[in-house]
Amino acid sequence: MSKELITGAEALMRSLQAEGTTTIFGYPGGCIMPVFDALYDYTRPENPIFNHVLVRHEQGAAHAAEGYARTSGKVGVCLVTSGPGVTNTITGIADAMMDNTPIIVIAGQVGTPAIGSDAFQEVDLVGITQPISKWSYQIRKPEDIAWAVSRAFYIANTGRKGPVVLDFPKNVQTAKFEYEPQTVDFIRSYTPYPTPAADQIDKAAELINGAKKPLVLVGQGVELAEAREELKQFVEKANLPFASTMLGLSAMPSNHPLNKGMLGMHGNLGPNVKTQECDVIIAVGMRFSDRVTGRPSNYAKQAKIIHFDIDKTEFSKNIPADVCILGNCKETLPMVTKLLIENNHNEWIESFKQYDQKEYDKVISAEVHPTTGPLKMGETIAKVTKATGNKAILVTDVGQNQMMSVRYFKFTEPHSVVSSGGLGTMGFGLPAAIGAAIGAPDRTVCFFTGDGGLQMTIEELGTIMEQKTPVKIILLNNNYLGNVRQWQEMFFNHRYSFTPMMNPKYELIAKAYDINYELVTEREKLDAAIDKMIKTEGAYLLEVAVIEEVDVLPMTPPGANVDEMLLEIKR
Amino acid sequence: MEKKLYTLIVHSENIAGILSQITAVFTRLQVNIESLNVSASSIKGIHKYTITAYSDEEQIYKISRLIEKKIDVLQSRVMTDDEIFIQEVVLMKISTPVMLNNENVCKTIREHNAQILESNHTYSVVTMTGKTDQIMDLYFSLDEMNCVLQYSRTGRIVITKSTEEPLSDKLAKLERENH
Repeated sequence: MSKELITGAEALMRSLQAEGTTTIFGYPGGCIMPVFDALYDYTRPENPIFNHVLVRHEQGAAHAAEGYARTSGKVGVCLVTSGPGVTNTITGIADAMMDNTPIIVIAGQVGTPAIGSDAFQEVDLVGITQPISKWSYQIRKPEDIAWAVSRAFYIANTGRKGPVVLDFPKNVQTAKFEYEPQTVDFIRSYTPYPTPAADQIDKAAELINGAKKPLVLVGQGVELAEAREELKQFVEKANLPFASTMLGLSAMPSNHPLNKGMLGMHGNLGPNVKTQECDVIIAVGMRFSDRVTGRPSNYAKQAKIIHFDIDKTEFSKNIPADVCILGNCKETLPMVTKLLIENNHNEWIESFKQYDQKEYDKVISAEVHPTTGPLKMGETIAKVTKATGNKAILVTDVGQNQMMSVRYFKFTEPHSVVSSGGLGTMGFGLPAAIGAAIGAPDRTVCFFTGDGGLQMTIEELGTIMEQKTPVKIILLNNNYLGNVRQWQEMFFNHRYSFTPMMNPKYELIAKAYDINYELVTEREKLDAAIDKMIKTEGAYLLEVAVIEEVDVLPMTPPGANVDEMLLEIKR
Repeated sequence: MEKKLYTLIVHSENIAGILSQITAVFTRLQVNIESLNVSASSIKGIHKYTITAYSDEEQIYKISRLIEKKIDVLQSRVMTDDEIFIQEVVLMKISTPVMLNNENVCKTIREHNAQILESNHTYSVVTMTGKTDQIMDLYFSLDEMNCVLQYSRTGRIVITKSTEEPLSDKLAKLERENH
């Protein structure tokens, strides 16, 4: 009996199916045509194995895959062509690397005999992507397809998660061979879940049990490890106040009594000030980024630092750690919790309140509850989160819209923050929101953006139109590149060099893409407009004309100590 | 921070592209590689890289950690000279007529325990193994006598003085855990 011979392209389809892929974000082109030809049979309405989302630009495919991965917990898959097709995904790959988002970019490549000949749409993809991906590999023969795909999924979605790139030459896509499924669940040079040292567990428990003023810093690692319940037991047993990084915000509910808010440059006053007063810091799945630490040489010098992380290269990378607990925090947190004594830090926790009140009086009140003047970003965001019962997924672009959103949006559900943290990618938001909505079809997705960021990837409105993706887009339009304008105001003597921005008529754009639209310019109409947006099925573009020149506060100026937060800026 | 010469010993799977991933870490931190030697190791399928670079302690450990983070890298270790046996090899093409006319050339070669591999009327090929300073001493001595036509020196190769074999132990442990 003759054995079945299939093409490499068909083998890719079978391998993706074997890994549980259901959604692919892609864009066809010359060197990936055999794969798209095979995909045609896998997306037929009568038997749709995959949902292929045709984006309008490959950058959108990568960001959409990121959004999908962040809300679904699955690996986001992109399928693009060679050369410019895949170079357009580079920003998304780098973004996913910085934020530990598991995506796989599969790109066509010229045939192996033509590689190195400067053939049409040839680019050294492995060379370009090695430094910005977890693994980048060129599939040189069809027999490697099943192995490479399975290995890609294993690497992307285990340990410290991240992007993987597969470079797939056209002649390998068309070659016929005997396909054999493969599963990779072990790589001898890769230890995704290392075992923690027992003495470090003991030392951590000892330090926490003896702490008078402990502070837990919660990072996205908690969400990635699905360790929400383990963290809850950890902080509640020893009565430990905690604050989150931007990407860790939905790891615990916003209204948890021990939750003291957000860390960082535009975080809350209390946790930033208390960072410089606490005696023990317990960092869980966070990396002490410069946006969190302010001036690192003066960061929490008085405190002992316990660092939980799955990646040993994070230990003492930015801030020296006294105790390093290597491993998956879903396992390591309970190990320490078991050794903790039930404790009471009420006086210490109470001491945050004066700073919460000060921040409310100086910043939050005017931002969230203004009664006169132009509309504010903060009040818009606070009304939207309230309208969703704090259950929605927040997607942001980058800039003032992002900082305001993460400050004023509230969370009750996990996996609810989709934002570009490390790379700070303007244009991330719209395609990421599409992916987020597809990854969590039962949840409301609220995407806050500025006029600058929206225009960077505005072509993805076409994807929303075609896919009927129910993204609620809230455009906080201030006719400026607001964050840069704020820095020009503060550090460049008000010289607004190319930050004022002329905007198109978004109503006409929304109409062209058949997307519901409303413009709000008056405070009295904001509640009704938000209510209508939330109740309207499908996509919606709510443009809010917000105050043009506004500063995101509080703010730790660059190079300042983390507790040196400005609550006002003298104009 | 004071910079000194460190040696990194890296072991990786034998997969195309690992070397560029390793050197990219040095590029990212703008650290020059002083010497580099790559060859198959004594363990089948595993390659060994011996890399030297001037660095301070904090930076070289950072480099090592970033290298070890690469998926197909098994291990990266920072070594100082007192922890390793070091050897390099030099090949020099010297002028045979100059050598025959100047007895000090042969004397210098003998004093350095160097060997002549090949000799003809035009040139002779001298080789020696040793540490950098020993090799450079031979080179400068011969060069002063105007007989050196070509010179080529390898990067250092090293083995550790330790009685422990961490990579073999690690691989054995992995084998046990996965069978």
